Amino acid sequence: MSGGHSTYSPKTGIERWFDARMPLPRLIHDSFVSFPVPRNLNYAYTFGGILSLMLGAQILTGIVLAMHYAADTTLAFQSVEKIMRDVNSGWLLRYLHSNGASMFFIAVYIHIMRGLYYGSYKAPRELLWILGCIIYLLMMATGFMGYVLPWGQMSFWGATVITGFFTAIPLVGEWVQQLLLGGFAVDNPTLNRFFALHYLLPFMIAGVVILHIWALHVVGQTNPTGIEIKSKTDTVAFTPYATIKDAFGMVVFLAVFAYFVFYIPNYLGHPDNYIVADSLKTPAHIVPEWYYLPFYAILRAITFNIGPIDSKLGGVLAMFGAIAVLFFVPWLDTSKVRSAVYRPWYKLFFWLFVANAIFLGWLGSRPAEGTYVALAQASTLYYFAFFLVIMPVLGLIETPRRLPNSITEAVLEKNKSGSGHPAGAAASPETKG
Amino acid sequence: MRLRAVDSERGHGSTAGVGKAKGSYLVSANDTIDPTRRDFLYVATGMAGVVGAGAVAWPFIDQMRPDASTLAASSVEVDVSSLTPGMSLTVKWRGKPVAIRNRTEKEMKEAEAVSLSDLKDPLARNANLASDAPATDANRTVPGKEAWMVMVQVCTHLGCIPLGEQGEYGGWFCPCHGSAYDTAGRIRKGPAPENMAIPVFSFISDTSIRIG
Amino acid sequence: MKKILTGLAVFGLVVVGAFGAAIAAEEGHNEAEPTHFPIHKPKQENWSFAGPFGTYDKAQLQRGLKVYKEVCSACHSMELVAFRTLADLGYSEAQVKAFAAEYEVQDGPNADGEMFTRKAIPSDHFPSPFPNHNAAAAANGGAAPPDFSLIAKARGVERGFPTFIFDIFTQYAEAGPDYIHALLTGFDEQPPAGMQIAEGTHYNPYFIAGKSLAMAKPISDDQVTYDDGAPQTVDQYSRDVSAFLMWAAEPHLEARKQTGFRVMAFLLLFGALVYLTKRKVWSGVAH
Repeated sequence: MSGGHSTYSPKTGIERWFDARMPLPRLIHDSFVSFPVPRNLNYAYTFGGILSLMLGAQILTGIVLAMHYAADTTLAFQSVEKIMRDVNSGWLLRYLHSNGASMFFIAVYIHIMRGLYYGSYKAPRELLWILGCIIYLLMMATGFMGYVLPWGQMSFWGATVITGFFTAIPLVGEWVQQLLLGGFAVDNPTLNRFFALHYLLPFMIAGVVILHIWALHVVGQTNPTGIEIKSKTDTVAFTPYATIKDAFGMVVFLAVFAYFVFYIPNYLGHPDNYIVADSLKTPAHIVPEWYYLPFYAILRAITFNIGPIDSKLGGVLAMFGAIAVLFFVPWLDTSKVRSAVYRPWYKLFFWLFVANAIFLGWLGSRPAEGTYVALAQASTLYYFAFFLVIMPVLGLIETPRRLPNSITEAVLEKNKSGSGHPAGAAASPETKG
Repeated sequence: MRLRAVDSERGHGSTAGVGKAKGSYLVSANDTIDPTRRDFLYVATGMAGVVGAGAVAWPFIDQMRPDASTLAASSVEVDVSSLTPGMSLTVKWRGKPVAIRNRTEKEMKEAEAVSLSDLKDPLARNANLASDAPATDANRTVPGKEAWMVMVQVCTHLGCIPLGEQGEYGGWFCPCHGSAYDTAGRIRKGPAPENMAIPVFSFISDTSIRIG
Repeated sequence: MKKILTGLAVFGLVVVGAFGAAIAAEEGHNEAEPTHFPIHKPKQENWSFAGPFGTYDKAQLQRGLKVYKEVCSACHSMELVAFRTLADLGYSEAQVKAFAAEYEVQDGPNADGEMFTRKAIPSDHFPSPFPNHNAAAAANGGAAPPDFSLIAKARGVERGFPTFIFDIFTQYAEAGPDYIHALLTGFDEQPPAGMQIAEGTHYNPYFIAGKSLAMAKPISDDQVTYDDGAPQTVDQYSRDVSAFLMWAAEPHLEARKQTGFRVMAFLLLFGALVYLTKRKVWSGVAH
């Protein structure tokens, strides 16, 4: 994957035997050992590794939960409770899986933010970015269907509301909804297919992740300066440098994960999902899982008709548009400079965007009434304006700060002004003792 | 800045055709730490990682064991008042069939007459007795109720269900691989290694049995 | 790093400002005709099972079980809880057996194809007071009493901003028992003048879904006799039964917190080791 250069030299006979037939050890060596990474990556860059870890963890806990789960409306809720009460370590596996989903999304949001901040989507990394967006979409679908499986009140009504989006499609809406549900309402056929798909999609995610990493290893990693690698002194080898840094990031992340699992396992869930689904009784406030809340707020912000588009369809379009716009980011950003580090105005608007996204999330958890609606509309406006107005316009008018000539120079400058490492060591990583 | 988009011959970095100048800045593999210099810190970290991975693996294995509801002492009570000598019934206990047979005089006599040395498995396999109790006919039943056989009707060979009142010894016969049991459920011929198991059971009254 | 911190500070300010504006907007609703429930938020009680080292108070759970058995179980089922798990409350196997035997459960069909009732055994679950949901609803004026197996996790009053953020650090996870305690002790409060209470319902300012609920005040002082000298008050009964219901909803809470301590300790140690290794690896490389 690492392009044209392999430094792999098989040492033993068996390695040579493999190398001549299926050079998998060479592939691993070139991708994860000798692969050159910029020397100035900060901890924001460890989230790719953390996400791989979380995908693996979710698949693993998911498979063992599936050994005990029953995808049948009469049994689903009880089978989950059986896992929680009777299955050995069942409570741990289930809390790992449910909180793991949240952690997965926390990590993916930080990963996306990092990409937006450092301009990781810019040429030649457009495809890398788009593959990431596809992974994110698949994650959302997987997370949504997974939330339906415990067959609690929020499961049921969340599924009802979300499949209801599709009725907004003109002419064929109802037909599409029935196709998804396998009936006129969320019921046993829906639960069965959601379970099948919830089991399938993570493996599709894993497939796209492989493409994502492949694309990454073709174009190389970005770095906080946004300047491409120019010389050997700009890089260090993936192993041990990136490996150990990623490992530390993972342990810290796992500590946060464990804190939630062991001390506040239901904090990120909703109490109503501990009530078995009742198709005749809607909870007072239906809210999706926290990681969809910003989009839910956008959906509900469209309370008015836009020309021929009524508010229902408008809301659905705005919500899907909020995700679709991500795919076009590489072409919306007109700036010649990649990293926000050298773009003072973009930096400001970026942090505003993050604050706005969190605010939208909070609005999504509020009832859609009174001032909340107006606030959600304002927030939605900024969300889209950030991508559709600020990104293209700012790139043309903003005066960026002076860029260093190379990563090495940036590192040297930083170490001169800051403290820590002797400047001499920076010149060449190989000179270390 | 484009990075080595040209170099498509993956895995052949040393071959001709790849510009040296272009190649050299990409590779920094010689930066790796010399493996012979691993010191205490690396070993300790690695060991801690291995311990952690092992601890994480346990719940994934643990969850496969029978769960608490399966292990919970389950028991069934069976009314046997309708069983006259020579009649049997089958009840399900812990997912397996348990045969309850009110044996005839003839069957009991035959079973008592067998000498222990003729048995393939000399142990009683009776959960109500010590594990080394010999497989006498008395040890296959409970005192005072010697006519009654209460037995997990599962062949000890590979788990098929033997048929009652069949086979060379008039007891049970497993159609799968031809194991023949006598009227006390003891293996006499065929591939099965053990006598059929007697579960924990007791007579709560003359007409009712509790299994488990 | 400094840049990121400045950025975070700016964005923090923006978030706080916006939340403040939204909260100000939420204030101010009519006292006689409230639109947001509960009218009063539950008070935060002290629970033995709260916090990172929390454990259940077995004597309290036993008292709570007694309250459930003598009062609540007349209407509220607890279908997911098996008698065998009562051993967690400190009962011996024989005590559990005897306790189970006080209940009758339906079993069958027998050899004649008929259902029959028998004494419950430890592997049985608590039997329901009503044969099915519809019967429960019909006997209770149309509102079936909710099952109690998970009630302590299925109820929780929203904490609001910024409390919900502090809750992460204080590990507040007792919204369920706090709610149950508040509801049970809240029946004596009087509705404000002018408030309309629907017939057949009972005012309770702590009720999560309205100003009144179908259940009347279920328990009064001295209704249940305690053998261990604990006060026989509504407050104590409510406290005990809330703790018991928390156990019923989360029987492995103690194991969870104990495992958690070991995991956190390991991760702290392992994290330190990995960090030192990382520093050593990077020691010669400016970055």
